[in-house]
Amino acid sequence: MNDMAPTREQREAKLEGMGCKRKRVEDARFTQGKGNYVDDLKLPGMLHGDFVRSPHAHARVISINSEKALKVPGVLAVITAETLKTVNLSWMPTLAGDVQMVLADGKVLFQNQEVAFVVATDRYAADDGINAVEVEYEALPVVIDPFKAMDKDAPVLREDLVGKTSGAHGPRKHHNHIFEWTVGDKDLTDAAFRKADVTIKELISYHRTHPSPLETCQCVASFDKINGDLTIWGTFQAPHVIRTVVALIASLPEQKIHVISPDVGGGFGNKVGAYPGYICAAVASIVTGKPVKWVEDRIENLTATSFARDYHMTTEIAATKEGRVTGLRVHVLADHGAFDACADPSKWPAGFFNIVTGSYDFPTAHLSVDGIYTNKAPGGVAYRCSFRVTEAAYCIERGMDILAQKLGMDPAELRLKNFIKAEQFPYHSALGWEYDSGDYHTAMKMMMETVKYADLRKEQAAKREAFRRGETRDIMGLGVSFFTEIVGAGPSKNCDILGIAMFDSCEIRLHPTGAGIARVGSKSTGQGHETTWAQIIATEIGLPADNIKVEEGNTDTAPYGLGTYGSRSTPVAGAAIAMAARKIKAKAQMIAAYRLEVHEDDLEWDIDGFRVKGLPEKTMSMKDICWAAYNSVPPGMEPGLEAVSYYDPPNMTYPFGAYICVMDIDVDTGVYKVRRFYALDDCGTRINPMIIEGQVHGGLTEAFAIAMGQEIRYDETGNVVTGSFMDFFMPTAVETPHWETDFTVTPSPHHPIGAKGVGESPNVGGVPAFSNAVNDAFSFLGSTHIQMPHDFWRNWQAAKRLGAVG
Amino acid sequence: MIPGPFSYHRPSSVADAVKLLVSLGDEARPLAGGHSLIPMMKLRLATPEHLVDLHGIAGIKGVRRDGSTIVIGAMTTQHDLLASEMISKSLPILHETALVIADPQVRYRGTVGGNVANGDPGNDMPALMMTLGASYTLQGPGGTRSVVARDFYQGAYFTSLEPGEILTAIVIPAPASGHGYAYEKLKRKVGDYATAAAAVVLTMSGGKVATCAIGLTNLSETPLLAEEAAKIVIGTGLDEATLKKAAAAAEEIMSPAADGRGPIEYRKSVGGIMVMRALKRAAARAG
Ligand SMILES: Cc1cc2nc3c(=O)[nH]c(=O)nc-3n(C[C@H](O)[C@H](O)[C@H](O)COP(=O)(O)OP(=O)(O)OC[C@H]3O[C@@H](n4cnc5c(N)ncnc54)[C@H](O)[C@@H]3O)c2cc1C
Repeated sequence: MNDMAPTREQREAKLEGMGCKRKRVEDARFTQGKGNYVDDLKLPGMLHGDFVRSPHAHARVISINSEKALKVPGVLAVITAETLKTVNLSWMPTLAGDVQMVLADGKVLFQNQEVAFVVATDRYAADDGINAVEVEYEALPVVIDPFKAMDKDAPVLREDLVGKTSGAHGPRKHHNHIFEWTVGDKDLTDAAFRKADVTIKELISYHRTHPSPLETCQCVASFDKINGDLTIWGTFQAPHVIRTVVALIASLPEQKIHVISPDVGGGFGNKVGAYPGYICAAVASIVTGKPVKWVEDRIENLTATSFARDYHMTTEIAATKEGRVTGLRVHVLADHGAFDACADPSKWPAGFFNIVTGSYDFPTAHLSVDGIYTNKAPGGVAYRCSFRVTEAAYCIERGMDILAQKLGMDPAELRLKNFIKAEQFPYHSALGWEYDSGDYHTAMKMMMETVKYADLRKEQAAKREAFRRGETRDIMGLGVSFFTEIVGAGPSKNCDILGIAMFDSCEIRLHPTGAGIARVGSKSTGQGHETTWAQIIATEIGLPADNIKVEEGNTDTAPYGLGTYGSRSTPVAGAAIAMAARKIKAKAQMIAAYRLEVHEDDLEWDIDGFRVKGLPEKTMSMKDICWAAYNSVPPGMEPGLEAVSYYDPPNMTYPFGAYICVMDIDVDTGVYKVRRFYALDDCGTRINPMIIEGQVHGGLTEAFAIAMGQEIRYDETGNVVTGSFMDFFMPTAVETPHWETDFTVTPSPHHPIGAKGVGESPNVGGVPAFSNAVNDAFSFLGSTHIQMPHDFWRNWQAAKRLGAVG
Repeated sequence: MIPGPFSYHRPSSVADAVKLLVSLGDEARPLAGGHSLIPMMKLRLATPEHLVDLHGIAGIKGVRRDGSTIVIGAMTTQHDLLASEMISKSLPILHETALVIADPQVRYRGTVGGNVANGDPGNDMPALMMTLGASYTLQGPGGTRSVVARDFYQGAYFTSLEPGEILTAIVIPAPASGHGYAYEKLKRKVGDYATAAAAVVLTMSGGKVATCAIGLTNLSETPLLAEEAAKIVIGTGLDEATLKKAAAAAEEIMSPAADGRGPIEYRKSVGGIMVMRALKRAAARAG
């Protein structure tokens, strides 16, 4: 060996594989304005479509008159439900087994519902056109309060379902009822409550909010009349699913449908489902023979495409007087709006809400969920969330704090007492999940030591005394949250979308010079897949990450995948990538053995190639193997070096974390200040710590926004009153607190690289931390639970109700 | 979010602008920074057929001293105000207020003239101008006139501007040296209009308030001058009881709308808090 040979550390560093804080390769274009988003696409002759929307939340559509609109210069067509009926597309199936109007068919069911689609030569003409369409409405009584939706005399919202006593998920109890979903052992749980020393019961609401990607939902549809090919560029988190949905509902051959997600500016669940804009653009292109672009504006995004949450959770916990939890009972009233357009795996009407037992060893639990219709926008999607795990985490983390308060126990101590213990994994929860791994006590204690939890409690006690003496108008709250997520949907035994199992896929093709391309079934909407996927491959097969190009989002070239949402990319696609890489490595080993003239079993892997056991100087690098794969493979072996893997995960993964928020609230104005926020995440193996940190920062910022003010609110007549960023709380850098991040590593035992997923953890765990901080601050004044969002005026109202002001 | 059709005009003198406004009639609107007008046009809440852009007019931008007054040209941007040394020295409350208007992007475009002429109760400058005893120079088909800020605001988006008139300058009597000042604004986030805001300019003498003016933003259809509250504090050392009395007097004249910033009761209550905090801070600054 010559002296200049690189050290092992240098060889490893050169790969920039797993564990490396590799700079994001996509940022070179994003930070220079050179991304390629849907709205950047300009095709020759392209037309623009825009919607006439309903000003009413519930009304009969008496007539639609397009005459004047068609006279507006540049306006070419006005598409209505009647037009769509000719191609059988006036309604479309939702992912949740319901159907949804594409354009108002006889009536409208929520404000800003799509009524007609105006197609014009430019955006301006389209907008002038929609202002010239005359629609006559007859207003109908509205249902806005979910608790009134199932009143006996509540207006009938879905006339198309009249007389249908059962839906996609079983029997319907009322004309505005969608489904009831129950899990767990009712009798055992009821018995636990009868025997309990202490019980709590609280209605914990998670208000309606909205994922708000920087880029709104949009598409360009282009139908080629000669070949019969339909190409749709769109902001899709799951392009393959969109292709299959289009094939099924438009009866087009799937090979003639090309769905392309170019760069996507954030998704957060907003871009999973199918929206009327996609259908209308496609139909308009088929009708006109020209490409048609549809781009949603911010108000449309906030008010019409899918919302999130709107879960009203009546939560009961039974416990012994020592603070051991003995039972959990939750009933959820789930407001889905006008159509059940949840983007959940098909068999899960309430997503994975049955993770609601959280991080605690509940011997028994029972859950029931009633889904209902109201005159609000349809949904709801999983906003940076694995299908209702966010709601579940909020429910149990608030519940545990309320229980601690009733027991007179410290909330951290109550959690430590009830955690599932490290030795109990794999752990079977009372509501049916098998938690793969965890070490909750270590994480919790690390959090408590880092922030000096005991000292904070002492400071809080002193502050409370000072407040009582009239020396300060500030109250201090500590918000503890310990969440367990369930991500990586999912195993084919229980997860599918419209019958397609929720596997994911990767195809790797290596080139002769030691480079290659990986095509993956996931779709980055900002998570940095081009960076991290290459890192997995770099570590697995010993080629520098820089040599691996990652491509996603084109259904013609990428293998079929179910897309990116629910923190599933790393648990599922990430596993497929590792498995495809391992297939390549196995072939590479045969090539190396042949070239080194030894038996395969005499070779061992060494960072970036193989070496002969016991003869460290006899090596063959992966780079050389790539070359050999194209000219001197063993006799009988096919040349080339590529592999594809479709990965059906054996289980979900269960990331967890310990968060704490320290907050001060001025009771006179309700203004809060987040003094400190510490987030410890355990997402198993860490592929790129810098990207993880970025994900945590982003997710915590969303959690902060949601808990402290971000809300889709309706007035009693069904008008959205938070339809722009003036009123829908989107924090700027000024409002956003400083985030401290930390970690432990408990690898997933069943995942090929032990990774669990992290993108959504901070949103899931963050919301309860903020809300618990506010609630903890007010608790000494005699309150048990204050509903979110905790914006200034609501904090002031709470202070006033509790006698702390005026 | 696409405005209706309009034509664009760019006159090079105030006289030409006035002529255009007169000849084009009701469907014409002056355009300054566009940061109130254009959002309304994008929502089609405003659909002017003609925009008369004031950016081509020389001589209505900038800050100058004229005897005992400070004259601010209508087309001076919020950013220009922040950059002006004269403002920081003589009218520091203007600097303080400009800093809590919107965000840097908006402040680069938004003008002081547009802010005070707009007539939106959410704008921060109008209450301040009332507090400072400013007057506006208006030029129209009938010539030039001066209207004091305290008489200018008549209702939401309804001012004393006559058809064809352009606001060319704001004239502010320089406050006494050693005056105390504060603008206290409660808002939900950067870029938001006030939930409640109070402007205070006062002088102290022997530990007591000698003169005082208090303005209120976004607590009624128009900006307000809280005269009774100001009277209450004069001659006092701003003890806790006086502050509370002043806040109560100010709350008396508030009639905010209930909106996303909070219910009426809350907005009035924090309006009172802003008055107390502004008074205290102003007094602490007075020399
Ligand atoms: C996101 C955002 C946040 C904001 N937050 C705040 C805030 O917190 N506080 C605040 O005070 N403002 C706020 N604004 C408004 C901003 O300050 C505007 O710039 C200002 O209100 C208007 O000034 P302009 O120059 O942009 O006027 P324009 O929008 O051009 O005009 C406003 C109106 O005044 C008329 N006008 C303008 N100039 C004259 C003139 N010289 N003579 C006669 N009429 C005239 C116009 O015809 C129009 O009707 C915000 C704006 C935005 C977009």
